Amino acid sequence: MNLIAKPSKENIKTYLPIGVVLVTLSFLDVFVNAFFDYNLLGFLPNQISYFSPLILGFIGFYLIRIEFSGVRSLDILNKNINSNNFNAFLTLLTVFIIIKSIPPLLNWFVLDANFLGNSKDDCTGDGACWVFIKVWFNRFMYGLYPDAEQWRINTAFLILFVIVGISFFVSSRLKKYFILFLVFIYPFLGIELISGGSFGLKYVETAAWGGLSLTFIISAFAILFCFPIGVFLALGRRSSLPAIRYVSIGFIELWRGVPLITVLFMSAVMFPMFLPDGTFIDKLIRVLIAITLFEAAYMAEVVRGGLQALPKGQYEAARSLGMGYWKMNLLIILPQALKLVIPGIANTLLALVKDTPLIFVVGLMELAGMIGLAKTNPKWLGMAMEGYVFAGLVFWVICYAMSRYSQNLEKKLSTER
Amino acid sequence: MNLKKLNIENKKVRDLIPQAITILALLSVIIYFATNAQINMGNRGISFGFGFLNQEASFDITFSMIEYDGSHSYGRAFLVGLLNTILVSVIGIFFATIAGVIVGVSRLSENYLIAKVAEWYVEIFRNIPLILQIFFWYFAALRALPLPENGISFNDISFLTIKGWYVPKFIWTNFNIFLLSIIAAIIAIYFIKSYATKQREQFGKQLPTISLSILTLILLPLISFLFFGVSLNFEYPVLKQLSPTVYTYAGGVSIIPELIALALALSMYTATFIAENVRAGILGVNKGQKEAAASIGLTKNQILKLVVMPQALRIIIPPTTNQYLNLTKNSSLAAAIAYPDIVLVFAGTALMQTGRAIEIISITMLTYLTLSISISIFMNWYNKKMAIKEK
Repeated sequence: MNLIAKPSKENIKTYLPIGVVLVTLSFLDVFVNAFFDYNLLGFLPNQISYFSPLILGFIGFYLIRIEFSGVRSLDILNKNINSNNFNAFLTLLTVFIIIKSIPPLLNWFVLDANFLGNSKDDCTGDGACWVFIKVWFNRFMYGLYPDAEQWRINTAFLILFVIVGISFFVSSRLKKYFILFLVFIYPFLGIELISGGSFGLKYVETAAWGGLSLTFIISAFAILFCFPIGVFLALGRRSSLPAIRYVSIGFIELWRGVPLITVLFMSAVMFPMFLPDGTFIDKLIRVLIAITLFEAAYMAEVVRGGLQALPKGQYEAARSLGMGYWKMNLLIILPQALKLVIPGIANTLLALVKDTPLIFVVGLMELAGMIGLAKTNPKWLGMAMEGYVFAGLVFWVICYAMSRYSQNLEKKLSTER
Repeated sequence: MNLKKLNIENKKVRDLIPQAITILALLSVIIYFATNAQINMGNRGISFGFGFLNQEASFDITFSMIEYDGSHSYGRAFLVGLLNTILVSVIGIFFATIAGVIVGVSRLSENYLIAKVAEWYVEIFRNIPLILQIFFWYFAALRALPLPENGISFNDISFLTIKGWYVPKFIWTNFNIFLLSIIAAIIAIYFIKSYATKQREQFGKQLPTISLSILTLILLPLISFLFFGVSLNFEYPVLKQLSPTVYTYAGGVSIIPELIALALALSMYTATFIAENVRAGILGVNKGQKEAAASIGLTKNQILKLVVMPQALRIIIPPTTNQYLNLTKNSSLAAAIAYPDIVLVFAGTALMQTGRAIEIISITMLTYLTLSISISIFMNWYNKKMAIKEK
């Protein structure tokens, strides 16, 4: 027995309006409830009133699920979010949760938040206290670097951005020189600028470096060094010479088997024991070496994947042209292999950037570390939420941009036809 | 002596030179470090050795699964840290797998909204450093929980408070008999399975293996409860007043906030990677396979169980193993929020007290290496079992 006919093209005239009204009503009920705290269907008994939007929306979605209705937008809607009862239910739940979570988030982030003032007492609202970020912003960016010298960090990064920016627009012949400059000359220039000590620049010890700029410095240097080391290790692991192969395998597997945090611990407490008494290597350099070697092992495995994926014919063709080992790898094998593993390389570099906050274990403080310092300041207690949400946003933007860029690069360099 | 043999043009000689240089370089670095370490340790009056593991540790650990206090040895403290690391890794792997599979399948949902929500979940949680997520849960989210006296109560059985999550404690009598009954059930299921396979291959009969297995798994432990004197009682946490303003819960088991924050962050972060693996695995199964299965009359469930999943799992398992390994290694971030894992207890507190950097860091690293290698051996075995058996 079928009291209600199945929704179809015949009864579209009655079912469609009723269904649309029911779905709209259910969304409206949740919306009003979430934004104005008023229950439209409050006259119903408690339990029914609680589930009423779900029930109404479910019936509404059932009524408008008309196959081949002839209305194009309705067909698209049905196909994408309303293909069966289960999907309709999931759609309703998702929409309700989204609507419900907007007001508290909006209140916390914007409406009840405090933007003006310069101390904790100015934060009177229930929402976020963005004053905290505003006051500490300088420290979050530059760490304990002296205020008067911060132009040096700015200049160093400005030069970097300008050169990278220009190199995107110049011809590929000039681009080569830009890249050579960036890899071989700029690092020294940048470090000289930030560290100082000569050319009339005041010396700033590395313990004072910090904040987001330190994240960038560490990431940049680690990327610069870990890439060539990783390529060498990958070639070593594929080498036909047993001694080189086993040393490479041992090196790679050792680093890949332990967490970065223990490697950093090692660089902090165990490494000084291995040096002659009295020699002292700067903490930052020790950390840089640790991170570089650690990520190089991962890079090596990624590059090895590319090397293995190349057909044997490429090696044989290069050999038959009389190329030696290095010429063959540099000109034939690596360019193709590296192109194959761009996503993997990007993921490794992303992991490297995401790993930089770990340097807190040796007492260096980049962005996350500075927030940890600021939130324990007696004048600014209870600001952890704002601080970590801010740091999360900053890192998210950086990492998301990197992953997007790598996806574009992959598409651009793809020679598959 | 034939001089020609020593010529650089000779391939054997040419191959020998780089290898000899590598070995020599490696050896000289090791010898250099070793001599320096010996001199340094000599200067500080410590000698290399692992005898300190038997000394009294005299520090306390906030959370321990085995009996431990300050009077136990450093070796015991190491064991406590190791067990805590394993505990958080197992919890993390369990929840990361569940969440990862759900999100991965959702990303392929025909429902646009669900697919988008799953995609944004992945994009958001994958691109925020894990350590920040741990900090967020521990310092921001869990600190917003109420004090014990107005803790969030779940049916008065368990309570969520700023000091942790209090859950009932299981008190077993004759637990070993119960354990035996479960082992017996597993063995019985193995025989049911092999019998069912035989029936299917010889007579083409389909036995309801899954329902039979579940029945066995319920029935045998039930028998142990009814006839062999196994019983289970619960000890519920009860609010207790320590002083006019300080309350706590007595009884039950307290899951410390450090563990909750760590497990939460680890599983949410790793779930994004597992989700991507699951998605890639399901997408990697050839469409023709599903169509072929449908054309020989398999039902939708049978296609999923017999055709899609076995092939998808083959793609999913190797990278997921890597994620499990990563999760285990990432659990060392525990040190940042003072969850007493092996790094905090052993490479932190014990190292500070004894000053034996080389021994302790080596033990810690070796432990992680062993954990990594044992997980990868197990997974390689499983992988081999799942691999295509070509006939």
